[in-house]
Amino acid sequence: MMMTAQSPLKILAAAACALALAGCASFPTTAGKVSKAEPAAPELAIQSWQTDQGAKVLFVPSEALPMLDVRLVMHAGGARDGDQPGLASLTSALIGEGAEGLSVDDIARGFEDRGAHFSTGSYQDMGVVSLRTLSKPEWRDDAVDLLARVVGRPTFPQDALDRLRTRAMQGLKMEKQVPGPQVDKAFQRAVFGDHPYGHADSGTLESLPGITREDLRRFHERYYAAGNTVIALVGDVSREQAEAIAAELSAALPDGGPAPDLPRAKKAAERVVEHLTFPSNQTHILIGGQATWRGNPDHAALYVGNYILGGGGFASLLTQEVREKHGYVYGVSSFFQPMAAGGPFRLQLQTANDNADQALGVTMGLLRDFIANGPTQEQLDNAKANILGRRALETADNSDIIGQLGAIGFYDLPLDYLQRFNRQVKAVTVADIREAFQRALDADRLAIVSIGPEAPRLPQGGKDETQGQDQ
Amino acid sequence: MKALWIALALGALAVSARADLPTHEFQLDNGLDVLVREDHRAPVVTVMIWFKAGSIDEAPFETGVAHLLEHMMFRNSKHLAPGEFSRLAARFGGDVNAFTSYDFTAYYQQYEASRLPLALELEAERLKNLRIEDEDFHRELQVVMEERRQRTDDKPTALAWEKFQAVARPGTGYAHPIIGWRDQLAQLKPEQARSWYQRFYVPGNATLVIAGDVTEAEARPLVEKFFGDMPAGETPPRPDPTLNPPAGERRMTLRLPVRVPALYMLYNVPSLATAEDPATFYALTMLGGVLDGGLSARVESNMVRGQRLAAGAGAGYDGLQRGNGTFTFTASPNPGVSLDELEAAFEQEVRKIAEQPPGEEEMDRVRASVLAGQVYQRDSVMGQAMELGRLSVLGVDWRLAEQFDENLAKVTPEQVQRAARDWLVAERRAVAHVIPEEQQ
Repeated sequence: MMMTAQSPLKILAAAACALALAGCASFPTTAGKVSKAEPAAPELAIQSWQTDQGAKVLFVPSEALPMLDVRLVMHAGGARDGDQPGLASLTSALIGEGAEGLSVDDIARGFEDRGAHFSTGSYQDMGVVSLRTLSKPEWRDDAVDLLARVVGRPTFPQDALDRLRTRAMQGLKMEKQVPGPQVDKAFQRAVFGDHPYGHADSGTLESLPGITREDLRRFHERYYAAGNTVIALVGDVSREQAEAIAAELSAALPDGGPAPDLPRAKKAAERVVEHLTFPSNQTHILIGGQATWRGNPDHAALYVGNYILGGGGFASLLTQEVREKHGYVYGVSSFFQPMAAGGPFRLQLQTANDNADQALGVTMGLLRDFIANGPTQEQLDNAKANILGRRALETADNSDIIGQLGAIGFYDLPLDYLQRFNRQVKAVTVADIREAFQRALDADRLAIVSIGPEAPRLPQGGKDETQGQDQ
Repeated sequence: MKALWIALALGALAVSARADLPTHEFQLDNGLDVLVREDHRAPVVTVMIWFKAGSIDEAPFETGVAHLLEHMMFRNSKHLAPGEFSRLAARFGGDVNAFTSYDFTAYYQQYEASRLPLALELEAERLKNLRIEDEDFHRELQVVMEERRQRTDDKPTALAWEKFQAVARPGTGYAHPIIGWRDQLAQLKPEQARSWYQRFYVPGNATLVIAGDVTEAEARPLVEKFFGDMPAGETPPRPDPTLNPPAGERRMTLRLPVRVPALYMLYNVPSLATAEDPATFYALTMLGGVLDGGLSARVESNMVRGQRLAAGAGAGYDGLQRGNGTFTFTASPNPGVSLDELEAAFEQEVRKIAEQPPGEEEMDRVRASVLAGQVYQRDSVMGQAMELGRLSVLGVDWRLAEQFDENLAKVTPEQVQRAARDWLVAERRAVAHVIPEEQQ
């Protein structure tokens, strides 16, 4: 039991044996009883309708706490920047900085006098505006009225634009102090190139100075339109109240329909290798490429497979091998990030400069092997047990639920998406994962982007690389 | 009139914020404190164990050992080979992790509710039967060295903060970094981790918190079964914290590879534990809220927006510590603004309150935020377990959280004024100017 060289497979086998034999003296003694209990997987009863202006509404009532979450999600992320990187993100940052008849101070006090939290966020696909308020009408009504004005009739004051632009540019300078953000941006460029996902949505020192109030106004008019918006509501309000709130918010937004679809991102024709020289103590390495999209029929297989490979935290193959066995890293992980018009696979690790060659070799070997062979049946069974066994955790809080509603609405997923996903996970086989990975990823064409004092040596492919897995 | 409306509404809200979630409290014969919070909203449960042992308890020759031991707790025990703890937890749909702070070390497991017995058995296993093997220790030490490179050595602002803390909290366990000084960390030995485990990981030094879809009747027999047979153990004597006399003003200039300068100021002030009168803690809490309780508070309104001195600025009081409290100001300047100007602007904000008590409207806004925050916090079972455990290791009755708003309601504007005058004084502070290497 104490042998540290024990391979992950043997440990898993030992654990499974303990489960099967529960009742005898094996450890943990509770495993047998606990594995007989079917884990609860609460279903979200989502209500949905359209407002008169064409906004899609998703609502889950929840009376347990006297609070309400409201989230507006628009196709208004950095992918809509056009030739002005940072436009979406600055527009989002200025929502709340001034609205018809209201100064930024009025707005800040208006929310905070009522204990309400207001925030905005900008991502590659999405612009997001969120409100959390107490749900009793004496607190809620004013907060919702204020939200409607702030998001529907922003004034984009020049002084706020100047101030937030300066802040954004200071932030870009700070990013140059540390390795992480620099390599992230290089990776995004390497994977997506000229596609709308290919530029950093925080803008650049060159692009930000050129953005004007008029640009913000136009962006808001087009992309914060009701027909381009999903309104998600979770909390202690009735259906009638939810309808009234959604109607008020929708009516406040500019008129207009959905934004046009983005072009689908393409896979790289050949491997891109890029290294940024930087005097850091660690070398950061990112490996990946365009691999998926929202609506990909392989989604469940990729999700489960990636859980096994690098998404499952301490239980993942990458962590077991690169961290626990070799001690090369503190963090190593991978994920697929499906978005509207594409989605990267991304594997990331950070390691002491002296270990960079070996860490990259072991990692590439493991990845190549996983793409070629997929997981073992046992790994798959354990992954399913985790994913299906943790559904309750994913809808426990209102803040979890509002996030699920935002994604389901935004990506046009069916209302019973979570239940369907459960069924798909249950049905996934080893072969499904192997085939889905081979469709999504070609180990020879994945970009390898790094930052550190020296470029890590690339493994030579084939046999040398696979030593990590089979040792 | 608006202030009156808010004051009345606050009263009504205070009642609803305390809507009851049953909390049970008991102690095993070996001294383990147990708190069970029932919240049946969703079929989930969080199990946390908190140890009153953080990096402030480390001797100078063992900085970093509290955190390294935290890592070892996921490795090897009598019944579990390295990595098996995490894989079992994962197999049953769990999220598990831990964190080490200055004041405590805490471990959590979150599961669907039927997994409670397993969670408790796993937690008890590593508390009773941890094994620290030499080879395994050294491999994990390598991992922690990577963690340090990632979190501190490659982040000039984190490095600056580490150097600043050493001067800002002199002669206390808060002066060394939680992860440990780099060269000492590299030399830690397995016997130091074993010694730490034996000294501090005993039932009388721990609080077990169980929160979520669980009753006391379900939890108690399981706790007794898995934790009841442990010997009580003993922790080394530790002095009660007292309020330090002023250390004198400390000023430092840090030249580091930053692209944007930064200003740090930290005042050594009483905490709830060291304040002679708890009213001081509440007055300082209100002072923190008036200065930077939100986007409408003074730091954002005056320094970030009004005078546009700072790209980002913040101020805050942390009075929930085992030792003394801290009142911290941090800012990064806009181009063309000097750190001296930023420092003067913070001083100006403090002076204004020292000369003129804050308005009732500002005070009410802080209270509204605290009250609403109490409701919002209930949204997370983990958040509730965190609050209970943190108060417990600080030696504070968990009921205090429920009286927090009442105590804040009693604070007068004059008390806030006095807090600024008495505590935010030069002889109690350290100031750091962080500037790019090439600059003078």
